[in-house]
Amino acid sequence: MAEEVKKPEEVKKPRKPLDPNSAKYKLGKIASDAFATAIEAKKQGKPVAWVSSNFPVEIPETLGLATAYPENQAAGIAARGAGERMCEVAEADGYSNDICAYARISLAYAKLKECPEQDVAMPDVLLCCNNICNCMIKWYENLSQELNIPMIMLDIPFNPDYEVSDAEVAYVTGQFWDAVHQLEDLFGLKWDDDRFKEVTGFSCRSSRAWLEATAQAKYTPSPFNGFDLLNHMAVMVTARGKEEAGEAMETLLKEYKENHEKGESTFRVEEKHRVMFEGIACWPYLRVTSRGLKDRGINMVTTIYADAFGFDYNSFDEMIRAYCSVPNAINLEKSRDKRVKLCKDNNVEGLLVHTNRSCKLWSGFMAEMSRQIGKECNIPVTSFDGDQADPRNFSEAQYDTRVQGLYEIMESNKEAKEA
Amino acid sequence: MITLGIDIGSTTSKCVLMKDGSEILTYSLRIGGLGTEGPEEALEELWNKTEYTPDQVDRTIVTGYGRNKYEGADGEVSELTCHALGGRFVFPEMRTLIDIGGQDAKIISLSDSGRMSNFVMNDKCAAGTGRFLDVMANILRMDIDELDECAAKSENPASISSTCTVFAESEVISQLANGVSRPDLVAGICESVASRVSALARRAGVVPQVCMSGGVAKNNAVRNALAKSLETEIDTDPMAQYFGAIGAALYGYRQLQKNKDNK
Repeated sequence: MAEEVKKPEEVKKPRKPLDPNSAKYKLGKIASDAFATAIEAKKQGKPVAWVSSNFPVEIPETLGLATAYPENQAAGIAARGAGERMCEVAEADGYSNDICAYARISLAYAKLKECPEQDVAMPDVLLCCNNICNCMIKWYENLSQELNIPMIMLDIPFNPDYEVSDAEVAYVTGQFWDAVHQLEDLFGLKWDDDRFKEVTGFSCRSSRAWLEATAQAKYTPSPFNGFDLLNHMAVMVTARGKEEAGEAMETLLKEYKENHEKGESTFRVEEKHRVMFEGIACWPYLRVTSRGLKDRGINMVTTIYADAFGFDYNSFDEMIRAYCSVPNAINLEKSRDKRVKLCKDNNVEGLLVHTNRSCKLWSGFMAEMSRQIGKECNIPVTSFDGDQADPRNFSEAQYDTRVQGLYEIMESNKEAKEA
Repeated sequence: MITLGIDIGSTTSKCVLMKDGSEILTYSLRIGGLGTEGPEEALEELWNKTEYTPDQVDRTIVTGYGRNKYEGADGEVSELTCHALGGRFVFPEMRTLIDIGGQDAKIISLSDSGRMSNFVMNDKCAAGTGRFLDVMANILRMDIDELDECAAKSENPASISSTCTVFAESEVISQLANGVSRPDLVAGICESVASRVSALARRAGVVPQVCMSGGVAKNNAVRNALAKSLETEIDTDPMAQYFGAIGAALYGYRQLQKNKDNK
């Protein structure tokens, strides 16, 4: 029989200033520096690119082009409570509220050119890759029109097959070099093979450490609270090709390993259950969604959303294949298998799915995919409505009922197993 | 042992008093759920109907959308677990429960042994819930309880194509203006709810015995349309609206038993 919810005792430690040698400090600094560096570059008259999150970071990093990431900016704006205000600006200009809220926030920012919750340097060029979603194309085309700046498109279409074909690799490779040449011509930048080799080394170093860190959830209890990953992944989105990112990710991995050895965790309450979270975080309600789990002793130990930004490869060909294999560009069967592996590797007892109004691509096939995952892993599945950045699409009471229902099934399953 | 289950929903409050987890002593229901006087009124009615008194209650469990706000209980449990327990109490072979309440619809799957194994709920949209029927009854100037009898007179149910409650409201008004009969409109409205819920049920997987709870379970037109769409019999019971409160009282009893066993 399931127990009613009793809030587990939280071990609260007094807040100390962050140790500059800690992963949290290092990662926080890299994430905030990512915005500041581009703003400084702009002041110095250097070009700035706005880049979609799964665009090959190796291109701007090798060319020394300053970057800002609109998705990352929109998430920050939403988490700090300004999502609705910015969405309304875009809606007043005629953008439907059915469009991705990140796009609406970004288009609003392009108009206002300021938002105290997260300012960025205005761009001179747009680097768009549709492996994350197809809405990205129209979003960036409109930015290009509104700001009268060039847009460089890297087309990595949704792959209906299980494997990446040689033809797709050739198609993307051609575009990769075309993007490089366009940027060289636009801004007088120079491609350097040695620098490229160095950047790919940094990117892989960051990715390997990041993926190994997230994989530490294989231990029970997990040495970390899965919601930490949602913060730390900002570095993987914006700075994975930088040397300091690799160093910070290795520190994170070291801390998680030490936590496991000492029996400690950043999940500050007893870990009663472990779930996988599916979908983009519900940034406007990050605290609510996190507490709804933590108060019941449920640790969200894994999410493909975090692993999506780790790109590990050993050659140029493998790099292209990695960019063709990001979670939103692969078919249902491959998506399912990746998630099933995460569930099994991390001893997950339940699946919590965010049906994200903004992201039709990610949420559209979730009903069927989560059914298949639940069946394959023999775990209960529940979903809640929300949005990655627009706060008007979430009900706390509905979220709470669904999470409690999931908790009660997991408790009941545990009792049946123990009996 | 005496246990009390309180189910505070979005539109009604229900109370059930049970003895030893096997006998329903009395029960009550009042219109008005979360944020109203409904819970207190339902409790008052309950105590007026029985010789038992509040101090004889060994454990009180609250469920429903108002569970987190109610302070007079010993514990709170989700309505999902409670409906599963209450439904199984009335129908010992039940494997699938379709609950259509005021603001949500849920399909609960139970294992062979009666444990809740999974559930599917509606999204935020009000289509497929009791609220949809409330809105439509209001347009037609009918009482919600009259819908069932009215639908039974239908010869050619109207097609309500909009799933959005607001759009469906306009659609019903235009069909009324075009001379569609009330029975045909009401039957069409009930089929619309059934269509929405049967899609949810298919997602969860329908395993007989299939039962129905919640206020909408009283509506034969919705239940029959659901049964037809799912190609299965759907059982209900006059106590179907109390499944949540029964489940809460049962949950309280099981907790007491468990505490006793652990001593």
